[in-house]
Amino acid sequence: MTTSAILVLEDGTSFAGNAYGAAGESIGEIVFQTGMSGYQETLTDPSYAGQIVVQTAPHIGNTGMNDDDEESRQIWVAGYIVRDPARVPSNFRSQRSLDDDLVAGGVVGISGIDTRAVTRIIREAGAMRAGIFPLDDRPVSELVDRVRSAPEMSGLNLSTQVSVSTSYVIPAQGDSIGALAVLDLGVKQATLNHLAARGFDVHVIPQSASLEDILAINPVAVFYSNGPGDPSASGRHVEILRGVLARKLPFFGICFGNQLLGRALGFDTYKLKYGHRGINQPVVDKATGRIEITAHNHGFAVDAPREGVIESPAGFGRVEVSHVGLNDNCVEGLRAIDVPAFSVQYHPEAAAGPHDSTYLFDRFRDLVIAETGKAQN
Amino acid sequence: MPKRDDISSVLVIGSGPIVIGQAAEFDYSGTQACRVLREEGVRVILINSNPATIMTDPDFADATYVEPITTEAIEAIIAKEKPDAILPTLGGQTALNAAMKLHEQGILTKYNVELIGAKFEAIQRGEDRQIFKDLVLESGADVAKSVVVNSIEGALAFIEETGYPVVIRPSFTMGGLGSGFAYDEEELRRMVGNGLHESPTSEVLLEESILGWKEYELELMRDTSDNTVVVCSIENVDPVGVHTGDSITVAPALTLTDREYQNLRDIGIRIIRAVGVDTGGCNIQFAIDPTNGRVIVIEMNPRVSRSSALASKATGFPIAKIAAKLAIGYRLDEIPNDITGVTPASFEPTLDYVVVKAPRFAFEKFPEADTTLTTTMKSVGEAMAIGRNFTTALQKSLRSLEKRGSSFHWEGMPGDKAELLAIASRPTDGRIVVLQQAMRAGATVKEAFDTTAIDPWFLDQIQLINETADMVAAHHGDLDALAEAKNHGFSDAQVASLWSMNEADVRALRYSHNLRPVFKTVDTCAGEFPALTPYHYSSYDFETEVVPSDRQKVIILGSGPNRIGQGIEFDYSCVHASFALADADYETIMINCNPETVSTDYDTSDRLYFEPLTLEDVLEVIHAESASGTLVGVVVQLGGQTALGLAHGLEKAGVPILGTTPDAIDIAEERGRFAEILERYELVAPRNGTATDVESAITIAEEIGYPVLVRPSYVLGGRGMEIVYDTASIRDYFVRMEGQAIIGDDAPLLVDRFLDDAVEIDIDALFDGETLYIGGIMEHIEEAGVHSGDSACTLPPVTLGRTVIDRVATATRAIAEGIGVRGLLNVQFAVSAGVLYVLEANPRASRTVPFVSKAMGTQLAKAASLVMVGRSIAELIADGHLPEHDGTHVPLNAPVAVKEAVLPFKRFRNTEGRVVDSVLGPEMRSTGEVMGIDRTFPVAFGKSQDAAYGGLPRSGTVFVSVADRDKRSVVFPIQRLHQLGFTLLATEGTAEVLSRYGMPVTIVQKFSNAARNEESIVDLIRRGDVDIIINTPSGHSARADGAEIRREAVAADKPLITTIAQVAAVVASLEDTGVPLTVTSLQEYALERASW
Repeated sequence: MTTSAILVLEDGTSFAGNAYGAAGESIGEIVFQTGMSGYQETLTDPSYAGQIVVQTAPHIGNTGMNDDDEESRQIWVAGYIVRDPARVPSNFRSQRSLDDDLVAGGVVGISGIDTRAVTRIIREAGAMRAGIFPLDDRPVSELVDRVRSAPEMSGLNLSTQVSVSTSYVIPAQGDSIGALAVLDLGVKQATLNHLAARGFDVHVIPQSASLEDILAINPVAVFYSNGPGDPSASGRHVEILRGVLARKLPFFGICFGNQLLGRALGFDTYKLKYGHRGINQPVVDKATGRIEITAHNHGFAVDAPREGVIESPAGFGRVEVSHVGLNDNCVEGLRAIDVPAFSVQYHPEAAAGPHDSTYLFDRFRDLVIAETGKAQN
Repeated sequence: MPKRDDISSVLVIGSGPIVIGQAAEFDYSGTQACRVLREEGVRVILINSNPATIMTDPDFADATYVEPITTEAIEAIIAKEKPDAILPTLGGQTALNAAMKLHEQGILTKYNVELIGAKFEAIQRGEDRQIFKDLVLESGADVAKSVVVNSIEGALAFIEETGYPVVIRPSFTMGGLGSGFAYDEEELRRMVGNGLHESPTSEVLLEESILGWKEYELELMRDTSDNTVVVCSIENVDPVGVHTGDSITVAPALTLTDREYQNLRDIGIRIIRAVGVDTGGCNIQFAIDPTNGRVIVIEMNPRVSRSSALASKATGFPIAKIAAKLAIGYRLDEIPNDITGVTPASFEPTLDYVVVKAPRFAFEKFPEADTTLTTTMKSVGEAMAIGRNFTTALQKSLRSLEKRGSSFHWEGMPGDKAELLAIASRPTDGRIVVLQQAMRAGATVKEAFDTTAIDPWFLDQIQLINETADMVAAHHGDLDALAEAKNHGFSDAQVASLWSMNEADVRALRYSHNLRPVFKTVDTCAGEFPALTPYHYSSYDFETEVVPSDRQKVIILGSGPNRIGQGIEFDYSCVHASFALADADYETIMINCNPETVSTDYDTSDRLYFEPLTLEDVLEVIHAESASGTLVGVVVQLGGQTALGLAHGLEKAGVPILGTTPDAIDIAEERGRFAEILERYELVAPRNGTATDVESAITIAEEIGYPVLVRPSYVLGGRGMEIVYDTASIRDYFVRMEGQAIIGDDAPLLVDRFLDDAVEIDIDALFDGETLYIGGIMEHIEEAGVHSGDSACTLPPVTLGRTVIDRVATATRAIAEGIGVRGLLNVQFAVSAGVLYVLEANPRASRTVPFVSKAMGTQLAKAASLVMVGRSIAELIADGHLPEHDGTHVPLNAPVAVKEAVLPFKRFRNTEGRVVDSVLGPEMRSTGEVMGIDRTFPVAFGKSQDAAYGGLPRSGTVFVSVADRDKRSVVFPIQRLHQLGFTLLATEGTAEVLSRYGMPVTIVQKFSNAARNEESIVDLIRRGDVDIIINTPSGHSARADGAEIRREAVAADKPLITTIAQVAAVVASLEDTGVPLTVTSLQEYALERASW
């Protein structure tokens, strides 16, 4: 069959395939995602902004797209690589095809290539820049140069691109336990739903907000969401978080939020070779010894000692690593002991992924109730 | 928690003989368990009556008991071995039921033995339908409306509520035995009646129909710390209504959104927790209403299952191995993932490929049987295929079935769309091909969905395959078209047919442009981590992951999907070859496509290729492996006809074949050349001739004399083979064979003199060109005429004189030499009126190799594989691979082993719901076998009966009805039964004879003679008034009374004896009644042998 698109990697490798999704070209950081279900959630997860995602599962699009499974208002991936896109969607909830949404969202993709070969390259060489181009008479070397001239993910602050520009509120389900300030660094709908279900009046606040803006809603707690980009480029959010911690406002962070808590506590963050992106990752909760199968989507991680209780280098008292990834011993959660703050690197809201870790939202609610009680006493 | 230190010995219960619904997968799981436990320093005691298994190799346990899996035998083993614990979750439903009985009879308490893997309460919660249903509802999940009844009346009351159709499921049966749909009251009465009988608890569950819903299965594992993982999701392509074992299934699930999948996962975890499986695995089946997503939990198995074997092979996550580790106390995160080496087992595998399993049926063996697929499993085996997309995996799985017509095709006109759709509306073997033809004929996805309820996504994939075929056909010789065909799993043969070329030319075109598959790796993690285990599958993709070594390598071809006539016995030989050659420092490479087997465990060989066993697919593996190192050769003589059938093609392609040459193999197959050899060595075969039509057949038959054995040429497993006693029967035979087009000018009918009353003898031997080594001489218990696979046999022979044995040995050597055997040889002889006849010779591993090896304490297949790579038998004896004395003459103090066949008649019913006729004949129909071993023949025979059928009754009523030719020989054994206290019933003719000998006999009416309100023998059997049924057939007619009697005997689960020789063996065994059962391990027998 005639090929019509080409994937070009920073290292010079190229794969000819079929143009898929919107016509055109796209450049981004290429990463692989190993989930066998949940492509719609993946595509609409703002954390993937700026990334070209390779789905290791070969068949994508089988269940179409529907309004209920959107994790945000749009598809964020910079490009999409699939081996065998579905020709027809088949599911009782399907409203339209993935193809339709990719075209409507202007997402450039490529299909029919050896996605496993691409994955193995990324695994060995690490995440890198890549581009999807129409297959024309341009020499590959020219395309490689274009890829190489694009900015690298390290050092990028991408939350500005994905965050809402104005605040909105999702009211608590049932009795409210107070206002929760959710700093939208790329938040997912499932997270908001979980928080509202736990009794928070969820105030979704743009990433550009100041500490004063946050305090203005008189929150009982603050939440930092997941999101794209390099945490070391989000110094302002770290400073705001330090203000939250200093006030002993309860804090919970997920993913990017975990990295920012790490930095706020005085730890460093670093870029993983090829990241964790999948929904089958084992994580141990060190407090209980229980293993959770968790959804991951992170290219960066916190650098903190895995064992024992340590002093926060930034002066927030005692801190411990609460969760560790069993595949590579990566820090997957932090807990402050002297301030009411904790965070996890993975996604307890799942979507896509297993629901093993939703207890963390309960833990957050319990923490907030306990702290509110303390404050009242 | 780390390993428990209070368990130092474990009794593992195997699954017994291969039956439909419980096959080689439990050898795979049991073997893994034994291995793991021994690695952990646990003393392993094993009981399994199935000699064809790898697990019963003395190397895999410290004490191996090939004994019947009965409470009595297990208790004897417990008393003798005093194990700390019993592991019953890896031996299928058989082991689980055995464990339940041990618990209920207080034996566990008496000997203070703990059940590990699953506690009694957990087993009960998972297996008892009402308890399970309550538990599902408590877990917040839904179940189909249902009721447990123990009477027909209760069932009718439920129908008032739900209407028809309704599902019927007996409690505590395996493979869905006895379950199905009832569409009206007559069916309801029959099925509930049978179900009440089948269920050990006399309970039957009735359920609202969820026919046509989507069906899914999850494989879960949980440890003592409540860590739970879902190893695999499996989706049935055939919707609810077809047993999972009979469905085409796919892994992972392909038509669920994450929300729906996670919902199943959540429910699954809640259920495994509620049931309390805390040191092992379970599988849970779900149904989803395709219109609204309503989820119903169908059932769970609190043990390792057929699906877990499939899931293990599909994902690379070894469920049984991990289950065994969990059972002795490990937690999931304490067990490493073998494949990555660096990550723990507490994760969920993710696949970057698609796995399709296709069932293999054997309806041709049971022409009377209703071929509709239902919730009672009927398939006898399965093939699995891995591809990078569904189309490839599906097409590979279909061609792995090795059955004519099992693959999609585009020859001729497809036929009438409406007609094809009508056929496809009934689920049957091969429905997917009918559907593909219907779509060729213009059926749309919508139409196909309306007819079959198969998910439109799968139907579109079939459409895609058809479209690809059209495109390929329109681009003759075009390389891009060929590449696209390959991307959708088309074989060279399929492309050749589309291009009207021959397969070799397509292959040549492909080779000339280097259009070849690459090989990917099953790694549990979609490439996220490097894989250490070379477990590969082919794909027309970009990058290959095969890293061939520089070693001396041997490729072993497996035997493909299990089928009647070619089962686990061949896998045993392949696995042994792999072990022996690895020990001899060869790199072993296994190719096979059967997910049930030990051979497809990634631990068995140095490299595993999960590929169809076709010439094309095998040549590609050879090509990939030829990139470096030296290919010493390919082993084809151990994988049954599947492997043997590839020998010529491989040789033609320049691939070295180890052992007996393909030409020598031909000699044995071709009548003329084989006759020359017999003549050369002055051996005789029964008189014979060939015929192409009914008249010539009659002429020949009259010339050589009746009875004659007729068989079409070029068929396997005795297909169409029958004994014919008169001219009328020959005419009847031709009428019945007419539709099957298996007799003609090119394929003449072979007509042989049938040796009535002959004793049949089977020999397995080894030959290296110099020395003949006889593995064992087996004497059949049934006389000649019953297929050797269905016949019971004894080793050593118990009624053959020394001269006969010597003549048999000499003749075997002559044949081995004449054919040019290098490796294994199986010869079948018959002795009649003092004359030794050669019936046939097969220069390959036979079905009996594992039995002979276990009975004699030798390792025939291992020795054979070493002979194939050039070792001499003298050397093998010198270095201890073979005992010094072969199996020609066996010392008197040696144990006697009896092999008994296990037959699946009960599974097969005709369209009226009656069991099919169950008489034994020259066409093989057994699915498996058991071995009884003890000091004397009667005891060993009794054990074999216990193992195969649950044993002979020690008292009660015997019914006798024999053909005229058998009347004389039946007198003395029946007299003995009378003396032993049995009451005699007989039909008129037989009763007359017995009465004249002074036996008190009650005459019962034949079914056909019984007056309107008179009871016939059929009624008596049905009512349970008869304990042993002796009935020998006269001539062929399915309508005859004999058939009715035999059907009823099978349905009532009573011992059914259809040959006179069996009668004698039964009597001998009953004589022995009253002696307590003794159990002896294979290791103990080996020690005895060493002291001879």
